[in-house]
Amino acid sequence: MKILVAVKQAAFLDDEFEMRADGRDVDADFFEKDLNEFDHFSVEEAMLIKEAAGDAAEVVIAIVGDEDADDALRTALAKGADRGIRVWDDALAEADGVAVARVLARLVEREQPDMVFTGAQSADFGSAVTGMALAGLLGWPHAAVVCNLDYTPGAKTATLRRELEGGLEEIMTIRCPAVLSIQLGINQPRYASLRGIKQAKQKPVDELSLDDLGLSAADIAPVARVRKMYAPERGKAELITGSAAEQAARLAEIIKELRGM
Amino acid sequence: MAELLVIAGQRAGELHPASLEAIAAARSVKLAGDTLAVALIAADPQALVGALSVEGVDEVIAIKASDDFQPDLTEAVILALAEARKPALIATAHGVDAWSFAPAAAVKLGCGLATDVQALRLEDGALVATRAGYAEKVLVDLDFPGKETVLLTIRTNVFEPAAGSGSPKVTEMAAPAADIATTHEGWKPPADAGGIDIPGSEFILSIGRGVGDESNVEQFLELAGGMGATLGCSRPIADNGWLPKARQVGQSGQLAASCKLYIAMGVSGSVQHQWGMKHVETIVAVNTDPEASIFSIARYGIVGDMFEIAEELQNHF
Repeated sequence: MKILVAVKQAAFLDDEFEMRADGRDVDADFFEKDLNEFDHFSVEEAMLIKEAAGDAAEVVIAIVGDEDADDALRTALAKGADRGIRVWDDALAEADGVAVARVLARLVEREQPDMVFTGAQSADFGSAVTGMALAGLLGWPHAAVVCNLDYTPGAKTATLRRELEGGLEEIMTIRCPAVLSIQLGINQPRYASLRGIKQAKQKPVDELSLDDLGLSAADIAPVARVRKMYAPERGKAELITGSAAEQAARLAEIIKELRGM
Repeated sequence: MAELLVIAGQRAGELHPASLEAIAAARSVKLAGDTLAVALIAADPQALVGALSVEGVDEVIAIKASDDFQPDLTEAVILALAEARKPALIATAHGVDAWSFAPAAAVKLGCGLATDVQALRLEDGALVATRAGYAEKVLVDLDFPGKETVLLTIRTNVFEPAAGSGSPKVTEMAAPAADIATTHEGWKPPADAGGIDIPGSEFILSIGRGVGDESNVEQFLELAGGMGATLGCSRPIADNGWLPKARQVGQSGQLAASCKLYIAMGVSGSVQHQWGMKHVETIVAVNTDPEASIFSIARYGIVGDMFEIAEELQNHF
């Protein structure tokens, strides 16, 4: 029994940042990278299933990314996952969610997991594409924004809840294997223990290229082309300065004025 | 002479209001001679034809099937319509259902794809879609060279819902064969709001992760009460069970629909949270981190400790 969890290293910007010379992305010097917040929940869900089954499931973490992404992969492994796979090729530098899904589809064929999890979206771009595109490529059952899951490794069906708008949830059963995108709040993600962090460094990680997966650069062509990226025009907040008492007094004024008090 | 297609949605037979926003988005790039068709899957699609007969809609495609959302069926419908009609654009609301079906349909179709699109335009005949990136800190203009069809999911609360009356022709379409892997088993309604009304509140004081601990929440309930504000929160506070879900502002919670003054304390301002409050005319952000993205949408900013500010603020009410 095996659960494959596909994770991402999300990029965050410093407050001040500059665009790359071609104007199609931010200069990489201004990135701060970390494991995508949603992926803490998908990894945790896989770990909970593994533990409930008395360890009778292997949890494999997959990531598409360069050497930098190794940190995010190890963060996930430190929570107790068994091993990792990292796929990289310079041709993936501009990979979008669909391109990543094409890589993951090959990994799924190779690994034959019983279940695949992704985060519901990434915290940086929030496209919410990779997981469900993967399901489309595989022809697998799929559900997005899963906020509750009842699944035993190897079972033919799972029961889940999808989180809909306004707090409503839908209960559904789904045929397995399936691809599920996992929502925040489905569980309480654990922090890695010191021992876990130490062990994560020793855990096996397969490093694969596109070639290893039988993919060419043409196979991972993006589904959209970035024409340009730019900072939106918007006013900066007017800063209220002074001591806490002065700041609060000004805020009270604003409240009273706007509320007609 | 392009064909534009909108995939409308319904829940338990009620039209998703955001479907009208997706229609408005498609209509914004409709040129003379183009046709705009809206497809809807429902147990009684005819009952919703009236609601979809808005200005600019030339055809409503009614597909009679279960009211249950089944991504496999929606994808089969999109594939069948795309093959038959070769639409230049397929638009649908960026709702939770679309999260399930849109990427899967796009890869099956091999079409262009962009999600959470907040603006679109034609530039020299080419469709250009704009979406945000890096936690809303940048905008990205995307185009789709070489793609005959482009599928876009449209961010909600951006386009004014399509209105005006139209008299579209109604086409009945048999549900295509689909291998349906999901079964609707029921609903879990949101917990009773207990009188908390985020959408109806004009003044909201919201707290985020900065509150730190459950025991710190009470003082903000008191402060909100004293100021005549409704206490709201960001997702982690509700996920931790420190405040009920009915107070959560954001994509998976409530929309601060009537709010005119929004004070965000210790809220970093994730995309999901911004979804629920970004439109508010006066936003005041209080945060120790001057780089928190909430400051980029706030009118007033206080870089400081939310507890100190709250304590001082209490003296004024």
